[in-house]
Amino acid sequence: MTKHKLKTKNKFPKAPLLGRGVGVRIMSEKEIKNLQQIFEAKIARDEKIEPKDWMPEKYRQTHIRQISQHAHSEIVGMLPEGNWITRAPSLRRKVALLAKIQDEAGHGLYLYSACETLGVSRDELYEQLHTGKAKYSSIFNYPTLTWADMGAIGWLVDGAAIINQVPLCNTSFGPYARAMVRVCKEESFHQRQGYEIMLTLCNGTPEQKEMAQDALNRWWWPSLMMLGPTDDESVHTAQSMKWKLKRKTNDELRQQFIDQTVPQADILGITIPDADLKWNEAEGKYDFGTINWDEFWQVVKGHGPCNKERMSARVNAWNNGEWVRDAAMAYAEKQEAKKVEKAS
Amino acid sequence: MSLNTQRNISTNPTPPPSEGAGGRTQYILEIADNSLILGQRLGELCGHGPSLETDIALTNMSLDLFGQVRSYYQYIAQLSEEEKTEDDIAFLRLERDYKNVLLVEQPNTDFGYVITRQYFFDVFHLMLMQQLQYSKDETLSAIAKKGIKEVSYHKRFSGDWVKRLGDGTEESHERVQKAVNDLWPYTNELFEMTETAKAAVEAGIGVEASQLKEAYYKEVSELLREATLEVPESKYFHKGGKHGVHTEHMGYILSDMQFMQRTYPGMKW
Repeated sequence: MTKHKLKTKNKFPKAPLLGRGVGVRIMSEKEIKNLQQIFEAKIARDEKIEPKDWMPEKYRQTHIRQISQHAHSEIVGMLPEGNWITRAPSLRRKVALLAKIQDEAGHGLYLYSACETLGVSRDELYEQLHTGKAKYSSIFNYPTLTWADMGAIGWLVDGAAIINQVPLCNTSFGPYARAMVRVCKEESFHQRQGYEIMLTLCNGTPEQKEMAQDALNRWWWPSLMMLGPTDDESVHTAQSMKWKLKRKTNDELRQQFIDQTVPQADILGITIPDADLKWNEAEGKYDFGTINWDEFWQVVKGHGPCNKERMSARVNAWNNGEWVRDAAMAYAEKQEAKKVEKAS
Repeated sequence: MSLNTQRNISTNPTPPPSEGAGGRTQYILEIADNSLILGQRLGELCGHGPSLETDIALTNMSLDLFGQVRSYYQYIAQLSEEEKTEDDIAFLRLERDYKNVLLVEQPNTDFGYVITRQYFFDVFHLMLMQQLQYSKDETLSAIAKKGIKEVSYHKRFSGDWVKRLGDGTEESHERVQKAVNDLWPYTNELFEMTETAKAAVEAGIGVEASQLKEAYYKEVSELLREATLEVPESKYFHKGGKHGVHTEHMGYILSDMQFMQRTYPGMKW
């Protein structure tokens, strides 16, 4: 829990308004219906919905949920990799890892900004994260135990993220779609960087190759889970497909990830830890074993190996930074007052 | 005469007998190891900053410092008669062979300490780079020229934050004053001239750091006063880092930093 009451900025009125500058006036049902039609026609024509456009309340809420969940995943995702900055094995790797984590902070920054255009403040979003109301990607609740985990995260976790995110570059909400174009470019660089770490390990000593195999063993299944529950369990899929917030179902994305990753593991010469994994010639895809969804739900519900550590790291950073943020505000106010005094 | 135009590097063209590749290497380590250890300390903070913006800025400074370190160590590897890489120099020395000042190894106690440590170092670092650009050693001169841009930004960032914290709230004022008082005794070492540094000055490649001292304390004191902070009066200072005699923190920094290279000797990553 955050120890102080957060200041709420940009709190937009909940009732649908006629638009800025016209004044706050509740619209008639007919007007709303008209706007709804315009909105739906735009989506159908693949046009972007912009922050000042009218949108159904549910569309706004769904986007706040998804974009903030994505932003939270970026900043919580900094922690497992941050765990290896001080121990990176070479200067080149250290610099690359720092830059990668910095990119993630940057993604967090512009995703929070995209979210703010929907009328919610970053402080409010943080509070939702810190109180457990908002979720983040469950994969970041697994520990990073060896250097090879830096390779596996880049290769598998960023790889799965890209598959999830590329379709979002065409999603209907403008600020999100534009943010995703940049995010995807950087994620694709991260994925190659991760794969290159794995390749170096697999071409190294037997100890290094074993380290790579061990990382694949630990990250493979959580990476498959990262693409979300199966289609019949996914509660948001139908609505999200309609709004083009989602273009493919979780199961389709998962299959795409597996089909793309298996040949990459073959090049590395390491084995995917799934005895049932085999090429299905007739269907032109890989068949794979059963995912342990009990484990997935355990982690999602807050009982994964590192849920508590990750959350307390975030909450501590926020709480320990409170006096710093307060100081910056107080200083800015004093400077402003001096300026006014000088001008008068 | 302003420091930016004053050249504190000797123009004596004949290197003294003590100046060889070994002396030059030792001198570069006195400069480069500061960036290594401070970069490492800032790296610890990644993901834990008081806001996303400060987190990104601190990581940026860490990246700049490691970038400088790589240039220095690659140059040392080139100068070496043995087959050495930048990583051998970064990761495979004994504690006594690291020549950084004690200031940069001080822990990230809170944001006040992080910023004060940074500011105390940045003011010196910029002055040093501004002089080192006139080094007769072309590589060092090039590294310094590139570093000036980066370090100017570091100093602006840390100096602005000292002002915000000092003249912010009562709590921030107290916290940053405590950091200033605790870190002040580590500032004087920045200007200590070791035999190595003296030889480097003689050879026209090094900077007479002791001559930067007056301007340094003037600049730092002015900013502290602007930040409504008290300038410590203590005349007791710590030293040893330039001779490899470090604080108790250093062993832990190295055990983290050297972990992979020590555990898996001779492997490529």
